[in-house]
Amino acid sequence: MGNRTIVPFGPQHPVLPEPIHLDLVLEDETVVEAIPRIGYIHRGLEKLVEKRDYQQYCYVAERICGICSFMHGMGYCMSIERIMDVEVPERGEFLRTIWAELSRLHSHLLWLGLLADAFGFESLFMQSWKLREQVLDIFEETTGGRVIFSVCDIGGVRKDISSETLMKIRTVLTEMEKELKETTSVFINDTTVKLRTKGVGVLTKQMAFDLGAVGPMARASGIEMDMRTQGYSAYGKLDFKPITNDGGDCYARTRVRIKEMFQSIDLIRQCIDKIPGGDINVKVKGTPNGEQFIRLEQPRGEVVYYTKANGTKFLDRVRVRTPTFANLPALLETLKNCSLADVPILILTIDPCISCTER
Amino acid sequence: MNLNVVKKSPWILHYDGTSCNGCDIEVLACLTPLYDVERFGIINTGNPKHADILLITGSVNEQNIPVVKQLYEQMPEPKAVVAVGICATSGGIFAECYNVAGGVDKVIPVDVYVPGCAARPESIIDGVVKALDILAEKKKAMPKKRIGEK
Repeated sequence: MGNRTIVPFGPQHPVLPEPIHLDLVLEDETVVEAIPRIGYIHRGLEKLVEKRDYQQYCYVAERICGICSFMHGMGYCMSIERIMDVEVPERGEFLRTIWAELSRLHSHLLWLGLLADAFGFESLFMQSWKLREQVLDIFEETTGGRVIFSVCDIGGVRKDISSETLMKIRTVLTEMEKELKETTSVFINDTTVKLRTKGVGVLTKQMAFDLGAVGPMARASGIEMDMRTQGYSAYGKLDFKPITNDGGDCYARTRVRIKEMFQSIDLIRQCIDKIPGGDINVKVKGTPNGEQFIRLEQPRGEVVYYTKANGTKFLDRVRVRTPTFANLPALLETLKNCSLADVPILILTIDPCISCTER
Repeated sequence: MNLNVVKKSPWILHYDGTSCNGCDIEVLACLTPLYDVERFGIINTGNPKHADILLITGSVNEQNIPVVKQLYEQMPEPKAVVAVGICATSGGIFAECYNVAGGVDKVIPVDVYVPGCAARPESIIDGVVKALDILAEKKKAMPKKRIGEK
């Protein structure tokens, strides 16, 4: 048995865009235990619900996280809509789905880039982010924002997408799909990439279940769990199946996310084909009263929104359980007995979003 | 482009205060192919001792104040600080949250403020270019020392 050393990892670390601190207890080069310390990004925005009324809080909810911003806004709006029994017009639901899937696409591309950066494959990082810019261009054209759109509103969406733009999105995505195939084949087939990801950080199905992993983390361990199958928004009218893999290692998680990107492109195409005409939103009157519980599938997994209203403009409570928080126990478990060099890849493999986690 | 405009290729240190990630990914987007500031030799370094400009996104809170201070102190002179986004400037939408102390200028001196929620890559690049002039001025103001002199 070697000597035990503690290596601090973070809060400011080249591999992490966001601060999280881990104390890595090492025995020679092997990690024995990882002790996390979070709270660097805690703002306390759940409490802000007492100072902003329920409609203003849409903007705050969107800023829980800048990567999955749209889906946070959507989750919050859906919970208020359920409390107030507001029926969102079908076109609004389809538009939401299109933006949500585009968000997933850009988030997964961002993650692929960061993963490539973590194992030092700089050009692959650049390629992934180059592809991602095309999605951001679509966002900019349809909503006006690159990362935060403020387009989701209680009762529907604020902006419509014209049919010409929808056709344009279709052609952009078709072009992109080809490039995406080329870039992602490197992640799947390249020997050096495989050496870094195959067999690293194995999470078995039982472990994933016991530790409550969600999203691609659970799906890569063979658990078929995808909140979109509930059929919220327009997902009920689309044809898709959750993507799973039995590997449980970093390679499997990469594969699941890559397949999900193609699935997202397919879902957007289906939406463009099936989108009906009509209104995009309904006017919401009155104040909410009651409580509601919403589950959504974000790029990182299942997010839970709990909202409690008391009949006034100001809500009593908003509670968000984010996917990264659910995946942290699984991360700490996979970090055990891995080598120090694999730590950055393992941390990235859960697609950490610390600002979601700490809010 | 006339490269004489670029007087120096600064190395950037990026730290995320309590940002929502929006500005962070835009900072990273500056380095990637569409904006690609790396062609001017601007590199995002992880080491404060190599950095000329500190980019901070998001406001400060109790827990990260020591981290921000430490990063700033570890950077060699001359150095400049760019506060990216409205949160780093004043706290922005989260200014009233209980765990937000306010803008970055509460802790360390800030040279350039970049507005926006989220700040666009163009304005971030503009902010860094402004910081370059400030760096040059700071360098002029520094007393000239020989090696080994105290």
